[in-house]
This record gives sequence, C-alpha cells and structure tokens, in this order.
Amino acid sequence: MPFHIPGASTSVRRVHNEAFLPSGTRSGSPPSRPIVIAAEDLTKKYGDLAAVNGISFSVPAGESFGLLGPNGAGKSTAMKMIGGVTRRTSGTLDIMGLDPDTHGPEVRAHLGVVPQQDNLDEELRVRDNLLVYGRYFGLPMSYLKPKADELLEFAQLTDKAKSKVDALSGGMKRRLTIARSLINEPRILLLDEPTTGLDPQARHILWDRLFRLKEQGVTLILTTHYMDEAEQLCDRLIVVDKGRIMAEGSPARLIREHSTREVVELRFGSERNTTIATELDGIGERLEVLPDRVLIYADDGEAALEQVVYRGLRPLTSLVRRSSLEDVFLRLTGRSLVD
Amino acid sequence: MTDARGVPPRALQAHGPEIAAARARRWGAFYYAEQVLRVMKGYSWSIVMYSVGQPVAYLFAMGVGLATLVDGQGGSAFGGVSYLAFIAPALLVSAGVMTAANEFTFPVMDGFKWRRTYYGPHASPLTPGQIAAGHIMAVTLRLLLQSAIYFLAVALFGASPSGWGWAAILVATLTGLSFGLPLMAYSASITEDKGQFALVMRFIVMPLFLFSGTFFPLDTLPLAVRWIGWISPIWHGTELGRVLSYGYQEPPLLTLLHLAVLVGLAALGWTLTRRRFALRMGQ
Repeated sequence: MPFHIPGASTSVRRVHNEAFLPSGTRSGSPPSRPIVIAAEDLTKKYGDLAAVNGISFSVPAGESFGLLGPNGAGKSTAMKMIGGVTRRTSGTLDIMGLDPDTHGPEVRAHLGVVPQQDNLDEELRVRDNLLVYGRYFGLPMSYLKPKADELLEFAQLTDKAKSKVDALSGGMKRRLTIARSLINEPRILLLDEPTTGLDPQARHILWDRLFRLKEQGVTLILTTHYMDEAEQLCDRLIVVDKGRIMAEGSPARLIREHSTREVVELRFGSERNTTIATELDGIGERLEVLPDRVLIYADDGEAALEQVVYRGLRPLTSLVRRSSLEDVFLRLTGRSLVD
Repeated sequence: MTDARGVPPRALQAHGPEIAAARARRWGAFYYAEQVLRVMKGYSWSIVMYSVGQPVAYLFAMGVGLATLVDGQGGSAFGGVSYLAFIAPALLVSAGVMTAANEFTFPVMDGFKWRRTYYGPHASPLTPGQIAAGHIMAVTLRLLLQSAIYFLAVALFGASPSGWGWAAILVATLTGLSFGLPLMAYSASITEDKGQFALVMRFIVMPLFLFSGTFFPLDTLPLAVRWIGWISPIWHGTELGRVLSYGYQEPPLLTLLHLAVLVGLAALGWTLTRRRFALRMGQ
C-alpha cells in the first residue's frame, strides 16, 4: 500500500521524504527500510520522578518492536509520548519525520493505538464504535461502512456487529479495540499490553491477528511484561527497567548474550531453596536462587540435572527448559518480570 | 499505482494521514460532537420525555394551580402580566441550567475516569480542546432542542405574549452554558468522585433555582439574600427572558449587563475547560 496519497500537502510530503531517507545506522537494521520512529535520549519526568530516563532507539518500517519490562518500568509513558498524547520533558522524538509535541494531530493521524485499558464507547453498538472512531480521522461514511464490516470480519466479531459493547467478553473487547485502531489503515500500530488480562485462548487468537498485520507490513510497537508474547511477536526489543534501557536486540540474540541455552528449574521446598545453593556450587554456569525455586543456567540442562542427582540432592520437582526472556530480565535486573 | 510488492491497492482505501490530520484540525470538534450525539441518541427517548414532561408538569402546577391563587390577589407585583407569563421564562431558563448541570458533570467524569471515553478520541488526531468543544456543541444542541420544546409548551399555555418570546430559547441555552461551562471546568478537575456533584445539585443549583427571582421578583427578598440572585446566571437569564417574552421594563443597561454576564461566564467557563482538558490529557 502506498504511503503517499495524491493531494497531500507538499510541505508535509517534503518532511516525509526526509524521514524516509535510509538511515539504519544506529539500530543495525537493514538500511533499505526507512526509519519510522526515532527516539534520542527521550525523557519524561513527573516532578523528581523520571518515568522514562533517557532512552534511545529507532524502528524501521515493518518491524515488530517491543518494549519489555515490569509494571512501572516506563513502557506506557514511552508509548504515550510516541502516540503524541504526552509531552516529553527532554530528548528528541521523531515519528514519520514529525515531532509529536508540535505536530500532535499529524503524528496521531499516522497511528493506530490500542491502549492498555479499553476505552470503547460502551453505550454504542460494536459496529458504531468503528464508524464513530473513523470519523475522528475525517473519513467519509462511504468508506467507513464497508471498512467497518471488513474489520469486524478480521476481528471475528461479525456476528456481534449490532451488540452493545458491554455485552462482549474481555477478549472480544480487546479485538474490537484492535479493529478500531485499524480503521484509518495506519502503517504504525501501538499496542500497550495488548493481551494483559486475557485467557490463553483469547491471547492466541489475538496474537494470530497481530501476526497477520505484521505480515501485511504494519509496523508494530508493543509493550508487554509477558516474555512469551515478546518472543512470539517481536523482531527486536528493548528491555526496560526503571525508565532505562537494559538491553536491546532480537529475542534470540538477547537470550544468547545474556543467558545460557537451557535452564534447570529445581524446587526443594521453600525452606531449603535458600540453603541448598552451596551444595549446587559448580554445576552449570550460573545459579539463581529465587524464593520458590533454584535456577541452574547451563548449555546442557540434562547434564546439569544429572550432576544434581549424582550429588545425592533430591529436588521435589525438576524441569529442564529452554532459556527465555524472563531469564534475560532476571539476569539484567535481578528481579522477575511479573512481580 | 502499486505498492512495493506490486500489489494493486484495493478499491477500499482510507485517505492518507495528511488529509486526516488536516480535516481533524478543521472539523475535529464537530466529529466529537457527532459521537456525543450518537450516544445521546441511545437515550433520546428519555431526553424527549424530560423535555416535554417537565414543562407540562411545571406549567400546569405553577402556572395553572398556583397562579389561580396568585392572580386572584391582583397581579401588580408581576409587572401587570399573569403569574404564568411571569414564571414561564424563569422555568425555561432553569430547565436549561438543570440539563446543563447534568450534561457537564457525570459525562465529564465518565470521559476522564469511569469509562475513559475521552481517551479514545485523544489517541486520534483530535486535540483535547476539540474534544471539550465537541462535548459542548452537542450539549448546546440538546439545550436548543429542549428549550424549543419548552417554549412550544409555554406558547400553548398562552404564556409568551411578545413576538420576541421565541428568543427565550436562545437565552435559556446561553444561560445553561453560562452555568454549565464553569461547572464543566470543575468536573474536569475532579479525580476522585466523593459525591461532589450531588453537593453541587443540592447546594448550588437548587438555591439558585429558588432565589433567582424565579417564582417571585428578586426585590421582594430581603437584601441579605438578594445577592444570590445577582450572582446567579439563572436570575440574569430569567430577567433577560422576561424582557423578551413580555416586554418586562428595566433599564436597557441592566438588560445589556444580563447578556454580558451570561456571555462572560460561558466564555470564562469554556476557556477554563479547554485549559483543564489540555492539562489533564497532556500529562
């Protein structure tokens, strides 16, 4: 789908052309893809508290980019600045060649936004929610009516078109919010914790829909504190904690750089977990003692587990698994993602 | 035209972001007003019933029931018109204020806090100021419609002798805004609902309704409470309505003052509301 629409003002188009100049210098992204979002030393302070504390990143068109971190890490604040609804305290931010602080409406016209909390018009019917939202972009009804039907189909909500929103399940509301965010055919979609609070089945349906958008070339920016979600959806991500970037890279690369290939999870009971560490000394590359379990980081998990058994230690349960982003986060911050 | 993969664009295609932003900058407030009106449509039946039922009930009770007693005493206290003609503009204006007091309190709290409905459009090209303006425009339309129905009832009761009586529709709408917009700015500043709105209704709207020369001329009140009328938009609106609907005699400067107070309060309220919306949504 073309970015440029005939009739667009020349001044804006000029800015765009600059924005679409190949960059790809900072993030190591392929230089052929234009950078659509660039943040440099982005900071947001509320009084003395820095919610976002000097983060820099750039996102090329079509990439699925994640901000992974625990609650309160500053992900949502960063998203609000990208979404052009919160002014930054300092740093620079460039969305499609535009500064959201000075060109809020123009920046927001490029975006589709799925907020953390649904804010659908509960008093309107499902389909009307899409029509009304499309009007905010000045879209005519001749476009909106067939488009709304198309999006309801995409969100698997066609048979709910005439229902009131408050009759929908949590997963359906989420899908409707995503459908709503697509009404203006945005090339950039911001998703703030898209699947928080959904049951596993609803999450998988949602991931499938998001994956289809990604295949269509939509740039996805999403925040999550679910490592599996980040691994499923993100080409590249930044791990954020206390408003700062702790690491950046693809999920596979982050795991490779900050963790071992496998992890052995052992449970000795909450009494013994803390005291057993010395007896496990020397097994694997690294040991992490958590209140409920002990983690042994090793490239060969089975071999590590054999050593544990060989030393005569009898864990209540044991599990060998692949390293995940959760382990990366634990390594980087000493804390787990979901508190 | 084809895209990078050589796929021709579908027939159904949104206009580009540049056009969307330009249209939103120009018409954004109207787009949001459309949303509020669509929501109102959901309870249009109760709006119509309220708009028709209230005047009929009040005009019948006060204008026919009470008026029989009052007019029997000789109507000189009411500028030579019937008691019904005297209170009709006041009732019309008060109804506008009460509707405005409802529309600019709970729905604002709903927009910011309960269902957060303002934050949907906030992520679109609309600005906070446009969201506020759209809300105000939709309520203005409701006030005009309601006042028109009210006026029709007043006319049917034969309580608007002057040819300018219809202008009371505009006065009632303006009075609604002059009270409602400062209240809207207050509503937008509330982060926790601790029953403030119920207090506003009981301790501000009701006393203003009763002590604004609504049911008896303000100068029959002792001086100690007469000031309530002077600061009350309902009094200014009512007096202006009386001038229009039956040629009530007062110094022309005072009539101008009524208009100035109403316009001034509405403008002040709108300014404060815009500022409050921008502040609250831009954090």
